[in-house]
Amino acid sequence: MELEALKYIGVGLTSIAMFGAAMGIGNIFAALLSGIARNPSAEDKLMKGAFIGAGLAEAMGLFAFLIALLLLFFA
Amino acid sequence: MLNPLEQFLVKPVVNVDVFSHSIQITNSTITFLATYLIILLLTRIACHKVSLVPGKIQACGEVIFQLINGMLISTAGKNSQKFFTLIFSLFMFILISNSVGMIPSVFTTTSHISVTFTLAIFVFITITAIGFVKNGIGYFSILLPKGTPMFLAPLIIFIELFAYLARPISLSIRLAANMTAGHVVLKVLATFVILSGLFGIMPLILLTILTGFEIFISILQAYIFSVLTCAYLNDALNLH
Repeated sequence: MELEALKYIGVGLTSIAMFGAAMGIGNIFAALLSGIARNPSAEDKLMKGAFIGAGLAEAMGLFAFLIALLLLFFA
Repeated sequence: MLNPLEQFLVKPVVNVDVFSHSIQITNSTITFLATYLIILLLTRIACHKVSLVPGKIQACGEVIFQLINGMLISTAGKNSQKFFTLIFSLFMFILISNSVGMIPSVFTTTSHISVTFTLAIFVFITITAIGFVKNGIGYFSILLPKGTPMFLAPLIIFIELFAYLARPISLSIRLAANMTAGHVVLKVLATFVILSGLFGIMPLILLTILTGFEIFISILQAYIFSVLTCAYLNDALNLH
């Protein structure tokens, strides 16, 4: 196969990694909702921690996106 | 082909030739200067005529002060107050840089790894130095978490060392990739709006919602950078 086609296939395969990031963020916010349901007075603290955790988990998905962009536009 | 990455190019605006060296003023320079002036104006006006009942900009200054101070003390303990200026400067710079980049056709400075890696390596070297100055050679004990069985110790130290060295890389790439990805997605959607012609109302609604989400992300990323710096500071000041 030509190099161009393999490049695009590689980009597509790399993008599968964002699935992990989506699962992680879903887990974090599921725990957040469960925690708010058990103890509504702790909502503020839980929200703060949830957003920090979501930022950290999202970063992993964005690392994969960065690799895909690097492959796509800079060979 | 319409290239969504073209918005991140650094383009010279003014080209001056001095003694056969050319000095360029680029769009990056202008954006940095604008960020600096905005931060200067905000903080100066907030502290100008300090009254007990705050006016509008003084209230903004107080809100940001309390946010950073509360985060610093709750994460890093009581005697971390002297590092307040470090965290405040980092937070304000990243916040204003990200927010200024959301204005259409203004260059986003924090989307370049050169900028974010400078911030991250600066934070890393500072915190390592603080750790060694405060704890001497005992700073290496952060590589061994409490209560690990002794036969695992060499492996754990090896792994923790690489996790420690990965901190500046993850800090810098998190910020740069968030900014890059957000702006690329907005540009691609904008291309869809133009190419759809009359049915461009649907990508336009999605573009509006995503722009709002992107503004939220840019503020959140500034907060996450600061919170992680406070957490690393807590590691350095109070081992474990």
